[in-house]
Amino acid sequence: MDAFIAIMDALPYILKGVAFTAGIVIGAMMLGLIAGIPMAVGQVYGSRPVRTVVGVYVWFFRGVPVLVLLFLVYFGVFGLIEIQLRSGYGIHINFSPFMSACLVMGMVSAAYQSQIFRGAIQALPQGQLKAASALGMSDFMAIRTIILPQALRIAIPAWSNEFSIVLKDSAVAFVLGTTEIMARTHFVASRTYQHLPLYLLAGVLYYILTWIGIKALLKLEHKVRIPGYSN
Amino acid sequence: MTKGAPPVLQIDDIHKVLGGKEILRGVSMTVDKGELKILIGPSGGGKSTLLQCINFLLPPDQGRIFLEGHEVHFHKKAELYQFRQHVGMIFQDFNLFDHLNALDNVSIALRKVKKIHKAEARERAYHELERVGLAEKMDLYPAELSGGQKQRVSIARALAMDPKVILLDEPTSALDPELIGEVLRVIVELARSGMTMIMATHQIGYVKSLTDEILFMENGRIIERGSPEKLLHPDINTRCRGFCEMLNDLIREP
Repeated sequence: MDAFIAIMDALPYILKGVAFTAGIVIGAMMLGLIAGIPMAVGQVYGSRPVRTVVGVYVWFFRGVPVLVLLFLVYFGVFGLIEIQLRSGYGIHINFSPFMSACLVMGMVSAAYQSQIFRGAIQALPQGQLKAASALGMSDFMAIRTIILPQALRIAIPAWSNEFSIVLKDSAVAFVLGTTEIMARTHFVASRTYQHLPLYLLAGVLYYILTWIGIKALLKLEHKVRIPGYSN
Repeated sequence: MTKGAPPVLQIDDIHKVLGGKEILRGVSMTVDKGELKILIGPSGGGKSTLLQCINFLLPPDQGRIFLEGHEVHFHKKAELYQFRQHVGMIFQDFNLFDHLNALDNVSIALRKVKKIHKAEARERAYHELERVGLAEKMDLYPAELSGGQKQRVSIARALAMDPKVILLDEPTSALDPELIGEVLRVIVELARSGMTMIMATHQIGYVKSLTDEILFMENGRIIERGSPEKLLHPDINTRCRGFCEMLNDLIREP
């Protein structure tokens, strides 16, 4: 009974965290999408320097833990920028923990998403680009109108997998004090000592969010499916 | 010296090395307006590489190509893209755009490359599909079409660009035997209507009467060339005739 009351009392407060969690995840996935697509294209079709730059980026962000990157960016990079702006130009800016979390998780996700899209592009028959070129399309136009529409469709299952990983990784953002689900749960639990029911609640919330996202992406996958393909 | 219009296509001493192997060792040919030239020869002889060099899908290592007397400078992107609009290409495995239905496959280059208005492009595309007998299939996607239908859509796609010449790279060799006829009929119709074409094929029987010149390729060179009457004449022994007879024997085997 105590557990039930603890959940009911904490629910409105913790539910507000859902918006922040969703914000971090949507922000990170969108940033990863916007950066990941050109990175993938660069890695498949780019010149050697482009491929090298993308390769180094991917290895760096795959190789360093999210937690380290969060501290590095929030306290290290952003802290330095804030101090420089204040002392140099008298400009007062505060980068929020929320922004830092979005940016870091977006940059990490860009590394992973670029590999998802690279695989999807390389899965297409080479003849698709040849046929587009033979019609007089520039490489850019062929990639935009012929390659990416097909590659992005192929990428949806792997992309929804990446979504579920980013969603659960977003709990790490609580270390910066972002007021998302995990931070709020931790805050209430450490005051009420109702750890078991409250962390169960947090787990259930993450589960529901994952379920909603995966179902929505599955729906998208069906909606954009090319007629005649069996998969 | 001057004898009217320059050839539609003039190919001059093309060389190409792929993977350390010399695939083309100096190939030259000219194609006049309305001509049908047949490339024939054993696989690995360089037919497909030659066709892909002609529109620079594979940039030649050496040699020059002229379109209606003007040399094509393929290192200049704008000139290359312009040139390719004039040279249609039909692939062995069709290469239709899998995410577009038949009509959009034909109209997309009109819209994106030629910047023709959408409604007009669709009208033109419909007309070209009609020409290859597939107007009623315009809403179907490549995965919903048979091999022969796919190849006919790809011919319509090339025709829509109003090419000055069409390159056909073994257009029927990926097809089931019963589907070859419908594609060849379209190609014969094109040849009769005066389309300029270079076709690599082994199905020489159907188009023999329309062929202006047969080019027999082996080891990266054109080793025999001439009219079908000359190269396939029963009294003259040519490599080409030997090859064609061998193909016929293979087909006759049960």
